[in-house]
Amino acid sequence: MSLVSAGTDFRAPLDAGGLVEPSLATVGDYVALMKPRVMSLVVFTALVGLMVTPGHLHPVLGFAALLCIAIGAGAAGALNMWYDADVDAVMSRTSQRPIPAGRVLPREALAFGLTLAIGSIAVLGLVANWLAASLLAFTIFFYVAIYTMWLKRATSQNIVIGGAAGAFPPMIGWAAATGTLGLEPALLFLIIFFWTPPHFWALSLWRAPEYARAGIPMLPVVAGQAETRRQILLYSIVLAPVGASPWLLGYSGALYGATAIVAGAAMIALSLQIAALGDNDEGIRAAKRLFGVSILYLFVLFAVLLIDDWLGAPGRVLL
Amino acid sequence: MDDNGRETGVVLTEEQKRRRRMRSIAIALALGALVLLFYVVTIVKLGPGVLSR
Repeated sequence: MSLVSAGTDFRAPLDAGGLVEPSLATVGDYVALMKPRVMSLVVFTALVGLMVTPGHLHPVLGFAALLCIAIGAGAAGALNMWYDADVDAVMSRTSQRPIPAGRVLPREALAFGLTLAIGSIAVLGLVANWLAASLLAFTIFFYVAIYTMWLKRATSQNIVIGGAAGAFPPMIGWAAATGTLGLEPALLFLIIFFWTPPHFWALSLWRAPEYARAGIPMLPVVAGQAETRRQILLYSIVLAPVGASPWLLGYSGALYGATAIVAGAAMIALSLQIAALGDNDEGIRAAKRLFGVSILYLFVLFAVLLIDDWLGAPGRVLL
Repeated sequence: MDDNGRETGVVLTEEQKRRRRMRSIAIALALGALVLLFYVVTIVKLGPGVLSR
C-alpha cells in the first residue's frame, strides 16, 4: 500500500509535484478495480458454460473454478484500469474510478491485477485442469495486451476483435468441467462475440464526444454516427441466427429456440429503429434502449439455455 | 519519534488509519477464505483419506 515514510522518493504519477500521500483507498476501491458489473456477466456466462456440459464436476470444484474465472476477470479489469488511467481521467463515465480519482496508485493496481491473475490461473489449473487455466490466461492476456494496450487506441474495430475476450468465459467454464472443447462452447463464444459490437456501439453513439476527447477511435468517432448505426444493424442481423444456432444444431430444445428467435428479432427491430432515426434525441433514446435490451438479450439467452438444459432438452444426448 | 516524544515520520490521520484497518481485515478474510477453499478442494479431489496415503 502507500504507507510510505517521509523520505521515500517515489511520486504519484497523476500528481508529479508532491510526495505520495498515505493511501486513502477503501476496500470498495479495490473491488471497483475488478469491474464487478463486468465480472457478474463473466461469472454468469461461465456458469452456463460449466453447467450445460455433458460431464459432471463436483459442486465444490465447480464453485472454485467459477471463483477463479471471476477473479481472473477481476484481474483483467484491474490491469485495464491501470493502463487506461489517462483515458479514464478525461471521460465523465470513468473519471471517478479509483486511479484517476487518486485513491489508488497505478502501480498498486498493477500489483493487485498481476497477483490476482497469477493466483487465479494457478488455482484454476490445480482445481480444474490446465486447459481451462490456459484459456483463462489467454483471455486475460487478450483483454489487457491485445485489446487495452493495442486495439482500443489503434482501430475502430477495437471492440469487435477485443470482444473475443468477453466471449471466452463460457468456453473456460466448459473446459473446466470437461477438460475438452467442442462445437457447443464455440457457439456460446460466437453468441457473445457477435453480441458485443451492437452492445458497445449503442453505448458509443451517445458517448462519442467523450471517446473523441479521450482520443479513442470508436466507430462513431472515426466513421460517423450513420455508419455506426448501419454496422449495429448488420451485426444484429448476424447475431440473430448465431443466437439461435444451439437450437438449430440440436444442442438445445424448443424453449431456447423460441426465445432466441424472439430475442434476436427484438435486437434487429431495435437496430432498424436506430438505423432509421437520425443523430437526434430520438435516436439517442433508441440507442440507450438497444443498449439496455442487449444486456437483457444476453442474460435471457444464457438463462434459458441453462433452464433448457435442466429440463433435459433432447439435444443433450447428442453431446 | 524525536527526543521530545513527537512523531517524526508519516503520521496517519484517523481516516487513513480506519481505511488501513478495513483493508487489513479484507486481506485477512480473503486469506482465511483461501485456506478454507484449499482445504475443501483437497478433500474433494483426494478424498478424506488423504492424510493416510
